Amino acid sequence: MDEDVEKLVARRWRVGSVLTAVMVTAYFGFILLVAYDKDTTGALIAGDRVSIGIVLGAALIVLAPILIAIYARWANRSYDPQVEALRKKRDGAP
Amino acid sequence: MTSLGEPNVIAIVSFIGFVLITLGITYWAARRTRTSAEFFAAGGSVSAAQNGFALAGDYMSAASFLGIAGLVSKDGFDGLIYSIGFLVGWPLITFLIAEPLRNLGTYTFVDVVAFRLRQRPVRIAAAISTLTVVSFYLIAQMVGAGGLVHLMFGLPYELAVVVVGVVMLIYVLFGGMIATTWVQIIKAGLLLLGATLLAVLVLAQFNFNPLALFGEAVKHDGAAVMAPGKLVANPLEAISLGLALMLGTAGLPHILMRFYTVKDAKTARRSVAYATSLIGFFYLVTFVLGFGAMVLVGRKTIIAVDKGGNMAAPLLAEVLGGTGFLGFISAVAFATILAVVAGLTLSGAAALAHDLWGHVLRDGKVEEREQLRVAKIATIGLAVVAIGLGLLFKGQNVAFMVGLAFSIAASANFPALLMSMTWSRFTSLGAMTSMLTGTIVSLVLILLSPTVWVDLFKNAEPIISLKNPGIFSVPAAFIVGIAVSLLKPEPASVQGFRAAQDRMHLGPRPR
Repeated sequence: MDEDVEKLVARRWRVGSVLTAVMVTAYFGFILLVAYDKDTTGALIAGDRVSIGIVLGAALIVLAPILIAIYARWANRSYDPQVEALRKKRDGAP
Repeated sequence: MTSLGEPNVIAIVSFIGFVLITLGITYWAARRTRTSAEFFAAGGSVSAAQNGFALAGDYMSAASFLGIAGLVSKDGFDGLIYSIGFLVGWPLITFLIAEPLRNLGTYTFVDVVAFRLRQRPVRIAAAISTLTVVSFYLIAQMVGAGGLVHLMFGLPYELAVVVVGVVMLIYVLFGGMIATTWVQIIKAGLLLLGATLLAVLVLAQFNFNPLALFGEAVKHDGAAVMAPGKLVANPLEAISLGLALMLGTAGLPHILMRFYTVKDAKTARRSVAYATSLIGFFYLVTFVLGFGAMVLVGRKTIIAVDKGGNMAAPLLAEVLGGTGFLGFISAVAFATILAVVAGLTLSGAAALAHDLWGHVLRDGKVEEREQLRVAKIATIGLAVVAIGLGLLFKGQNVAFMVGLAFSIAASANFPALLMSMTWSRFTSLGAMTSMLTGTIVSLVLILLSPTVWVDLFKNAEPIISLKNPGIFSVPAAFIVGIAVSLLKPEPASVQGFRAAQDRMHLGPRPR
């Protein structure tokens, strides 16, 4: 049983770290772009009305809840049932 | 011209209404607050949606509402860097922290760090970092409250500070976490409602097309408002700030404490999803407000009223909705500060009563009644300190203190929390030294930085030119924690790891 728990734990940290890496990469990618290439960040698009930086920034704000939704979907479908099964094995029927 | 700063009937009525309703809730909550579990964690009775709103309420301070809208109206793009930074920590909380935290702890994040370690050294170090974070955050909020109320209602600064302190004390002292949660929910609802209404009024001027608003800003104030300005003077500074904002969110004691108010790990996860969506939406709205104020109020007017630009949103409300709407928005801003201060005080009280008194002085064998009594005394003490600090720092520029609080949370709390959950060989000494390193390095670097050494102490040259310590303090905390743990292994901690893993993921065993 311990082994099953370890497998589950390893999977959860793997999923968690991949999604964390996506968020961290996107965010620091944005920060580095802003810091190193102010011209690209400030370049106007859409009929000179908005800059690339603003659009990317808004996209990052939207990305955060989307990543969480992906995680929640995985957790609801795959992680929770496994946790439940292992818990029953550990504690007996509820 | 603006009527800002003159007594405003709607503002006063709205604010008194908010206080009366929340005091009524406190009275109701007080009868349900008889144990420590109810005082610190609302007895685990809060639903996912409720906790989502409460988390958002705890997090969306007046600094994000007035501060970011003001920053955007003044500097355009630069304000966006803050709003993004304040949001990107939330996914990390979801993926790494929320669920294990809920399963492993009871009242504070320190429960998790100390779970399989020696209680005393870990709890003492964590209480130091928690109280430091809470104090700096409190100073920023109290001084902000005094200044805002003075600007908006024309009330004297001192009176405003005392009013905030006393009302907050009543919430926390009598209603504990149950009252504080409901204050946060109502405040978050009002703030989202007020900000959304204001944004709708702005967009209505531009055929509900944000691009038309941005285009008008470019025409009005030049393309520079769409590009990075002086905030990111150099890349190191930008990364350092980003690091502190992102990891700091995941280490704020009053935010982490909220996960104990729900019944299980799954509900904790769902509540972060709600919170992140609400906060993300709010920051997008703030952006519309900032550019709206830039175009419809004008940068000159905004800066003339307040150099920091903090009055951009209230001024915008006045232009679009008249004195009545200005009053409503002002009351919402005041309520916002009140609620954030209550959340902070409660987490400070938990550090004092649960971590220090309960585990350090009483070895974890504290009697229920005694713990609750200590928590209430701690709350009164913290309220007095908060009022005192608010009065002491009158007129000082304390905006950097929120940044400092985030830096310490990112370097002292986040690394220790992460290592305690994921690394079997992490030791008590490692945790203690890591947390102390994070706190001290952040404090010292900020002390020697331009923000304090030059702006506050009036020295000619800073000793360190970096304004944000994150890039040094966060790695330092990790390195010290790892090095100390490897140098002096702790077999008991390695042995306890399996049981900790089991409980972290499957939940506590039934009694």
